[in-house]
Amino acid sequence: MTDVQSIRITVNGTDHELVVEPRRTLADVLRHDLALTGTHVGCEHGICGACTVLVDGLPARSCLMFGVQVDGRSVETVEALGTPEALGPLQQAFTNHHGLQCGFCTPGFLMLVTAFLRETPSPSDDEIREVVASNLCRCTGYQGILRAVRAAADARAGS
Amino acid sequence: MRDALSGPAAAAPAEAQAGTAPEVPAAGGWIGRSLRRAEDRYLLTGRGSFVDDHEAPGTLHLVLVRSDIASGTIEAIDATAALRQPGVAAVITAADLAGVAPLRGVLARPEFVATDMPILAAGRVRHVGEPIAAVLADSPYTAEDAAELLEVSYGKLPVVAGVADALADGAGVVHEAAPDNVLVDVTPISSPGLDDIFTSATHVVEVGVSTARITAAPLEGRACVAAFDERTGQVVLQTSTQVPHTVRTAVALSLGMDEHQVRVISPDVGGGFGQKCVVAREEVLAAAVARLLRRTVKWVEDRREGLTSGFQAREQFYNVRGAFDATGHLLGLDADIRCDVGAYSCYPVTCGVEVLMAANELPGPYRLRVYRARSRGIATNKTPIAPYRGVSRPQAVLAMERLMDEAGRVTGLGAVEVRDRNLVDAQEFPYRNVMGASYDAGTYRESLARCAELLGHGSWPGVQARALAEGRLLGLGLACFVEPTAYGTASFGMRKMTIVPGYERATVRMDPSGSVIVMAGTHSHGQGHATSYAQIAADALGIDPGRVRLRQGDTELVPHGWGTFASRSIVAGGGAIARASADLAGQLRAIAAHLIEAAPGDVELADGRAQVRGDPATSVPIEELARTAHHAAHLLPDGLGRGLEATAAFDPEGTFSNATHGAIVEVSPDTGAVRLVRYVVVEDCGVMINPMIVDGQVAGGVAQGIGAALFEELPFDESGQPVSGSFVDYLLPTAADLPDFEIHHFCTPTTRTPTGAKGMGEGGTIGAPAAVLNAVNDALAQVGADVGRIPVRPGDVVAAIAAAVSRDPVDSGGKTQ
Repeated sequence: MTDVQSIRITVNGTDHELVVEPRRTLADVLRHDLALTGTHVGCEHGICGACTVLVDGLPARSCLMFGVQVDGRSVETVEALGTPEALGPLQQAFTNHHGLQCGFCTPGFLMLVTAFLRETPSPSDDEIREVVASNLCRCTGYQGILRAVRAAADARAGS
Repeated sequence: MRDALSGPAAAAPAEAQAGTAPEVPAAGGWIGRSLRRAEDRYLLTGRGSFVDDHEAPGTLHLVLVRSDIASGTIEAIDATAALRQPGVAAVITAADLAGVAPLRGVLARPEFVATDMPILAAGRVRHVGEPIAAVLADSPYTAEDAAELLEVSYGKLPVVAGVADALADGAGVVHEAAPDNVLVDVTPISSPGLDDIFTSATHVVEVGVSTARITAAPLEGRACVAAFDERTGQVVLQTSTQVPHTVRTAVALSLGMDEHQVRVISPDVGGGFGQKCVVAREEVLAAAVARLLRRTVKWVEDRREGLTSGFQAREQFYNVRGAFDATGHLLGLDADIRCDVGAYSCYPVTCGVEVLMAANELPGPYRLRVYRARSRGIATNKTPIAPYRGVSRPQAVLAMERLMDEAGRVTGLGAVEVRDRNLVDAQEFPYRNVMGASYDAGTYRESLARCAELLGHGSWPGVQARALAEGRLLGLGLACFVEPTAYGTASFGMRKMTIVPGYERATVRMDPSGSVIVMAGTHSHGQGHATSYAQIAADALGIDPGRVRLRQGDTELVPHGWGTFASRSIVAGGGAIARASADLAGQLRAIAAHLIEAAPGDVELADGRAQVRGDPATSVPIEELARTAHHAAHLLPDGLGRGLEATAAFDPEGTFSNATHGAIVEVSPDTGAVRLVRYVVVEDCGVMINPMIVDGQVAGGVAQGIGAALFEELPFDESGQPVSGSFVDYLLPTAADLPDFEIHHFCTPTTRTPTGAKGMGEGGTIGAPAAVLNAVNDALAQVGADVGRIPVRPGDVVAAIAAAVSRDPVDSGGKTQ
C-alpha cells in the first residue's frame, strides 16, 4: 500500500485534517479532497498559473506543490474572495472591465493579483503589466485584465 | 494628424472603443449595450463547472499510452506488469474495441481521399502521441504509474516528417489509400486567360510565405467523463467540446448506437478556439470504455498530451503571383498552396478544411476576376490538424497582404494606395467575388483609410527616418481582410461534407413567473452567449435581460444544433433566438389583446408590460400574461396559452465582416527581438449586440494572431518527434508582450440576419499575423532584409539581416550605422 501522511491545513479560514499520499499535489488536495474546484489546473508545469493560490499569503503554483508541503500552513483560494451574490472588489473590477471570457484562468489571476495588491497598493501600470505577465490567458489578450487590476488598485487607493 | 507613435487616441464620437463602450440603452432596447456578463459571477467566484470538476465515487481514471514513434507497426503490447499494479482495473487496446468504428471524415468529391482515424491504433501507428492503449485505475496517479509499465514493441517504418519529405520520390507512405501522400488536391478555379494576363501584365509580383505548425492551446485542455446509465440505456458523456451534438453523432456512429442512446453534456468549456469543434478519439474512447466496463470513466488531458497529441493547425506554404497593371490594379492571381495536414483526417470537417478554405478565400477583400489556385493537403507522420480560429484565413491573408505590400513597392504606390485601388468599393455591394461568394455591404476602403490615419501613416516616412537616424528600426504594417462568417447549409454543402452543418435552432420558453429560458444548440466557451442572447430575447419580449436564462451544452435539453465555431453563433444562434422570441412575443401580444380587449397589432411589449400603444391605462404586467397562459388558460380561447413557447430555426446565407489591422513594431537589429509599439484595429461586424464582448473577442483574437506571428511554433525533428512539450517551449504571448490594443468600429448592419449582426469571432486572429509580419518587413526593408515565415523569432531577424549584409555589404551595413 502506498505511504500516506496526515496533514493539518487551514483553507480559507477553516481547519482541515487530511490523510494524503506524499506525492499528491496541493491542487488535487484542494480540488478533489476539499471540493474547492475553483482552483484550476492548466499546465501542470508551473507556467500558466491557473492553479495559483496563496500559501501563507504568497502566490504559489498549487500544481507544483505537494499537499504535505502545506502541513501547518494557511491557504487561500478563489472561493474566499467573494460569492456570486457579493463579489469582492477585485472580482467586481474583473466583471466591470471584461477581464474574463471562458473563466478558466481567472481564479489564478485573481489570487495572483490579490497578493500583489496587498503588497503594492498603488502600483504603476508597468508594475501591473509585469505581474499580470506571470500567468497565461488565452481568451482576453490581457486587455480587460490589465484594466481591471488598474481599476481595483485605484478603487483601493480611493477608498 | 497625430504622430504615429503617440499611442491611443480618443475614438471618434460614432465609435465605441475597447473598454469604454457605455452601458446605456441604445435607442429602443438592450441590443447595443455593453452589459456586464451574466456568466461572470459564478466564474469569478470559482463556482464554474468544468469537466474535471466532476468526480463521482467509483470513477475509473483513464490514462493513455501513446506511440513513442512517428511511423511503424505495433508488434506487441505487454500489459502484464501494468495489470499487476494494485488499483488497476483494466488495460484496453484496439483488440478490446472490436465493433467500435473508426472516425472517418468524408468529403464526397473525387479530389479527396478518405482515411480512417482508429480510436486506438490497430497494428499501425502514424504519429508520435497516437493513442495505443488505455489504462484504467482507481486514481490518476495509479493509472499514470501503470501506464509507465506497459510495454509496446514497435517495428519502425519510414517517417514522413514534412511536406517536402512527403512529396519526394520514394517517400514513406502514411496511408495506403494515398500512395503519393496527397489526401486532398483541389483546383477550385482556373480562370481562362490567366497565363496571357501574366504574360502581358506591367508588373508581376511573386511572394512566398510559410507558417509554422501551431495549436489553439485552450487553458482548459480536453477532458471527458463517460458513464453508462443502466436506467436509460444511455452512454452519458461529459466532454469539453464546442459541438455537443456533433460529438453525439460521432459517438453513436462509432459505437453503433442510435443517437438517443448517447447523451452529450458539455458544461463550462475553458476555451476551444476550434480545437474542440471536431471530435477527438479520446471522446469516443471514453464512451466506448464506459459502455464496455459499465463504469464511470474519466480522462483529463495533461498539457504535454495537449501540445503533442491534441489537434494542431496551420502548417502551410504559399507561392502566390499577382499580375498588376501600370496603375496598380490586380488583374490576375495565381496560387499554389500546400498544407501539412498530419497523419489523420479530423471528424467531421476532414483534413480538407484548411486546404479548401485557403484556395477559396485567398482573394479576400480585393476586386479580382481572374484567378487560379491549386491547394493540396499532404499527409505526414505528425499530429493531425483541425480548425483553429480563422482556419486558413490568417495564412491566406498573410500571403495576400505580403503580395499587396510588394505590389505597393514595385508600382511605387505604397502600401495604402495600392490596397485602396483594389479594395471592393461601397458602391459595389453586394459584391459577387471570383469564387461566387456574395459579400454583403461593408467598409473595406473606409476601414483602411481610418486605420492608416490612426497610425499616422501620412507622417510615417519622417517618423521612421528619424528613428533610423537614432539606430532604431521601426516598421508599420497593414492587413485588410474580409471575414466570411456563419456559413449556412448552402455554403457547407458546397464543400461536399457528408455531414453538413449550418443552421441553428432555438427554443424560447416563458415560465409561469414570466422568466424566459432560451435553449440553443450553440455552445459558448467564453463568448458570453448567456448575455448576448438574453439581450436579443429581451428586446423582442419587452423584458429585462436579467429575466432570461440560457440553457446549452446538453443534447437531452436543447434543440439539435451545430455548436459554436466559424463565427456563427451570434448570427445562426442569435438569428434563431430572434425569430423564436418574435414568435413568443406574438403569443404574448395575442394573450394581452384578449385580456384587455384590443387588437393584437396594437399591443406593444416594453419594460415588462403589455399595453395598447400609447395607452398606459391598458397596461398588464407580462408576468400576469405568463401566469394566465399557464395557470388560468381556461380564460383564454383555444389556441392561446396552454404554455408559452416557440421554436425557430435560422440557416444563414453567410455574412462578411471586414477589418483593417495595423501594427507598428520596433525591431532590434542586435538581438532580433520584435517589440509591438502600437496595434490598431478598425473593424465592421454590423450591429454589435454587446460591444464590450465584441471588443473582447477582437482583443483575444489579436493576441492569438500576434502569438502566431512572433512566438508560437510546434517543431518536429526529422524523426517526427515533437519537440515542444510544455509552455516552456511553446510560447503563448503574455501581458508583457502585447501593447494596449486600439479597437475602433464601423457599423454596417447586414440585411441577412434578423439582428443586423455579422459574425466576428475570428477576425482578430486573421489580421494580426499579416499586420505584424508586414510591419517587421517594413522595418527590415531599411537594411535590405526581409522574412517570409512566421513566427518571426529573434534568430530569424538576425539571420535575415546577416543575409542582407552578405548580399550587399555596403548598402545594408551602411544603413544600420
